[in-house]
Amino acid sequence: MTALADVVAFACLLAGAFLCLTAGLGLVRFPDVLSRMHAGTKPQVVGVLLVMVGAAIRLGGWSNAWMLLLVAAFQLLTAPVSAHLISRVAYRRRHVRRDLLLVDEFRGAGHQDDGYRGDEPGDAPPEDPGSHPGG
Amino acid sequence: MTVVAGALYALIGGGALLALVRLARGPSLLDRVVATDTLLVIISAGLAVHAALVRDPTLVPVLVVVALLAFVGSVSVARYVGGMLLRSRTEDGRDVGLPVAAEERESRS
Repeated sequence: MTALADVVAFACLLAGAFLCLTAGLGLVRFPDVLSRMHAGTKPQVVGVLLVMVGAAIRLGGWSNAWMLLLVAAFQLLTAPVSAHLISRVAYRRRHVRRDLLLVDEFRGAGHQDDGYRGDEPGDAPPEDPGSHPGG
Repeated sequence: MTVVAGALYALIGGGALLALVRLARGPSLLDRVVATDTLLVIISAGLAVHAALVRDPTLVPVLVVVALLAFVGSVSVARYVGGMLLRSRTEDGRDVGLPVAAEERESRS
């Protein structure tokens, strides 16, 4: 029984570690921020889940299992939030290779703006272009 | 057993090293943010793997802290970069556009 549990745990751990390696490879090889994020978020969800399952099986005990479950749930909750923020800023600051995009639904619609649109962070006040030369 | 442990540490160490390469090279700040995020996730996975290998449950709270720190760090830096959005207008109201991104410069040269 324990041998079988160890085999399952090591399989999960190996799969998670392999996903970490693929994330590193994708980070180095992919061309722009969005595709690097695509590679980098693989271990954030599947890899962390697999590693947590393996660690929970190996460690045993309900307190460890609950805390590892907390880590996994937190990863699942926060990965889309940070990915959304980073990709939005990346698109608007033109860190996207647009010649590699097949579909670009934001093209030409003023999504790479330079004016006040009401959703800037930092609570920036609206700027009047006339009163602030060069600002 | 030791072969599996070595393979686990090698895979995670390789991933962390490649993320460090991107962290050092990345042309823009957002590349470094993505690389830091991935590096912290790989570090937490490595801690979990170590805890599982030596059966040491004292490392488990550290995992919670690292997961929290990764989220807070990447989100705060992304919002800070978003606050730096250029408002490049000349006096006659003509839009001079945003500066050329590092990726476009790389692909052109």
